[in-house]
Amino acid sequence: MRWAALGALAVLLVLPNFLGSYLLTVFIFIFFYAYLGQAWNLLGGYGGQISLGHAAFVGIGGYTSTYLAMTYKLSPWIGMFVGGAAAACLGAVIGYLGFRFGLRGFYFILLTVAFAEICRLVVSHVEALGGALGLFITFSGDPWQFQFSDNRYYYYIALGLMLAAMGIVALVERSRMGAYLAAIREDEDASEALGVNAFGTKLAAIVLSAFLTGVGGTFYANYLFSLQPNTAFGIPLSVEIILRPIVGGSGTLMGPILGSFILSPLAEVSRAYFAKGGLSGVHLIVYGSLLIAVVLFFPRGAYPYLRGLVRGRRGGA
Amino acid sequence: MDPILLGQAALNGFLFGGVYSLMAVGLSLIFGVMRVINIAHGDMMVWGSYLAFILAFRLGLDPFVSFVLCAAALFCLGVVVQRGLVNRVLNAPHEMQILLMLGVALVLENLALVVFGPDTRRTESAYGLATVWFGPIFVDVARLITFALALALSCALYLFLFRSDLGKLIRAAADNGYGALVIGADVERIYTVAFGIGAACVGAAGALMSALLPFSPAAGFAQTVTSFNIVIIGGMGSLLGAFLGGLIVAVAESLGAVLLVPSLKELVGFVLLVLILLFRPQGLFGGKTP
Amino acid sequence: MLEVRGLSKRFGGLQAVCDLSLSMAEGEVLGLIGPNGAGKTTAFNLISGFLVPDSGEIKFRGRSVVGLRPHQICHLGLTRTFQLVRPFPHLSVLENVKVGALARTASVREAAGKARHVLEEVGLLAKVEVHAGELTLAERKRLELARALATEPVLLLLDEVMAGLTATETERIVELIRAINRRGVAILLIEHVMRAVMSLSGRIIVLNYGERIAEGPPAVIANDARVIEAYLGEEYVGATQG
Ligand SMILES: Nc1ncnc2c1ncn2[C@@H]1O[C@H](COP(=O)(O)OP(=O)(O)O)[C@@H](O)[C@H]1O
Ligand SMILES: [Mg+2]
Repeated sequence: MRWAALGALAVLLVLPNFLGSYLLTVFIFIFFYAYLGQAWNLLGGYGGQISLGHAAFVGIGGYTSTYLAMTYKLSPWIGMFVGGAAAACLGAVIGYLGFRFGLRGFYFILLTVAFAEICRLVVSHVEALGGALGLFITFSGDPWQFQFSDNRYYYYIALGLMLAAMGIVALVERSRMGAYLAAIREDEDASEALGVNAFGTKLAAIVLSAFLTGVGGTFYANYLFSLQPNTAFGIPLSVEIILRPIVGGSGTLMGPILGSFILSPLAEVSRAYFAKGGLSGVHLIVYGSLLIAVVLFFPRGAYPYLRGLVRGRRGGA
Repeated sequence: MDPILLGQAALNGFLFGGVYSLMAVGLSLIFGVMRVINIAHGDMMVWGSYLAFILAFRLGLDPFVSFVLCAAALFCLGVVVQRGLVNRVLNAPHEMQILLMLGVALVLENLALVVFGPDTRRTESAYGLATVWFGPIFVDVARLITFALALALSCALYLFLFRSDLGKLIRAAADNGYGALVIGADVERIYTVAFGIGAACVGAAGALMSALLPFSPAAGFAQTVTSFNIVIIGGMGSLLGAFLGGLIVAVAESLGAVLLVPSLKELVGFVLLVLILLFRPQGLFGGKTP
Repeated sequence: MLEVRGLSKRFGGLQAVCDLSLSMAEGEVLGLIGPNGAGKTTAFNLISGFLVPDSGEIKFRGRSVVGLRPHQICHLGLTRTFQLVRPFPHLSVLENVKVGALARTASVREAAGKARHVLEEVGLLAKVEVHAGELTLAERKRLELARALATEPVLLLLDEVMAGLTATETERIVELIRAINRRGVAILLIEHVMRAVMSLSGRIIVLNYGERIAEGPPAVIANDARVIEAYLGEEYVGATQG
């Protein structure tokens, strides 16, 4: 297992030398969405607190660092963490309000959607942030400004983000917090009876999840060279964030990564294939049907299913 | 601020609210009975609007007539979605149900995009521009008819749920989840009919609204979110709450559009939602806490 | 160690617990009995912080616990079990107990060791890897007990841990509870299986309609006319036959 992981890592490290520019972007998206999915997974997968408003944290993180870079020339490398902290603050507010008042399941989902939409609408009306048009980053090619003329740098940064998130979530998974999150997901009252501070644990989870997601916002802004409220805070991005971990297997370390390796290329291929024929929309029909199929055939996600296959074979041998 | 202008906005919102009420009632019914979050609700509504548009365009049917056909079509769609998909995930984890409904929403939205194109449409109605003046305030006839029809449909649904045997079973299922299962009712049939009726409500709402506001395939998700806002504001599990909640949200948005910037009107609904979630999570008219 | 005074709780028009007072000494086993709906579980919910009392005082080891959250009360050394057992169904037996053990240590490794220890004590060691959802009822009751034990309580509130068990399973749980008590853990026991309560408890309190109607040693309670009338008559016969 360890050797397989190291081998995979080695392949990913040398891969850019063999990829054309198109495939390189596909991999960048795979890594980046795996990263965002992993951040969501911490709260939604491990803790069972489903957020459908995680785009809010991407938006806050991206807008913060981009605004600081444009107005105060602050390097996005630093702004990244400021943005993460800003997103963490928003996460703390949502978590405090939601968890303090005991909103569970469906109500929490709506609270997250509401906050993301409020952010979107407010930012659309703030002139200093470019209003509905958003912010545009001019290309300078300065690495200190998070800009590179070679896409391979973005590849390595995205890969690094994905691995860092994986490492952090792995640490959480093995810590007391991981055990507590699983207990809360299973039965919150029973966990409280066993000494679990459910409120504090969930709050910590949403703050960490929001921080990581917010850090991702800086990559999002600088890779795309722009930020629009409707895309950076929008529901579609929130949906993209939750799809991968759920398809891959929520509450598992490999889920978001596997899910992203499955979904990101599929989304890309079907977009490229159908958009060529001028049929915009068809690729999303395919995508939607695929989600339906996943739910019907792998109701616990792809990773638990694969793991079951491997275990079964070993057990049988 | 001019009181006449405000009064006019409130009246417009109120009359428009019938559509909101109808769509929220449908959602409340589906959630109440199956505990499934119908994320495709708004997209079903958009399909109701397009059907009305096609019927007006091809057959010259007025949406205030054709909404019956739209409701029937959406009833069938609801039955298919429930029988074929939702039924199989009733015991699956929460996030899997959400994923499934997201898939359905994506398919419906983009099917509309492929079939009808991305442009915004509006269904022609004979009453589209008619107004009646009462002193300084005018009444938009199309809105008035919409409101009356939405009210009539809600009353019909109310009678069905409280007077008919099947309706009583549906209410029993909504009240205590699996309770109806225990008393041996045909749960499959209850679920199917409930989903069908929920979809029919939102289909009728879509048809009626298509005469009032322009719509496009992309509008679906926002309508889903609005529906959920209304249901929570009115009170989960209370059909009356969903109905009144629809009127309240519509009036609040309409006033918000006048008092703030028009493009901020949605904000009013969300702020209202957050306040409700925080201070009265059982909703304005709901008895049960979540 | 536990001092309850004038505890009351209403649900709408229903007075579930009414002016209840009781006290417990270190290491004591106190039985709490009464017909269904008497308010026993509600009393547990109040003491363990899952419900806030309308009035009354609860002192645990000299400190008021009214208004504390359940997890805080657990950390003070008071742990309860649930009448309808609530295992974490998709977690393994070991992981279930580990959650309890983590109340006393932040080290997951230490908690796992402790959990194994407790599982050995309750006789579930063979099942550590099994998902809790796949256990039999008797095993789930043991698991519920093991999880609570792992939090190292000084006072354990057990809510009908024997309900639904066969005679031999009941016998084993009684032995287990006795062993736990011998280590100095005080136990407040809600139980319908009369033979078990009578043999385990040093003292018994009887509730009816939320009110305490009798208190005393088992022998006295078993002969109290009001108790027999309110409760024991039919149940006692049923229990001895079962
Ligand atoms: N959360 C609650 N809401 C309303 N009524 C309750 C609640 N919990 C218990 N009750 C009622 O309080 C009474 C006492 O219940 P309970 O404490 O569970 O009794 P026991 O455990 O002695 O059988 C019962 O009539 C029960 O229906
Ligand atoms: Mg009880």
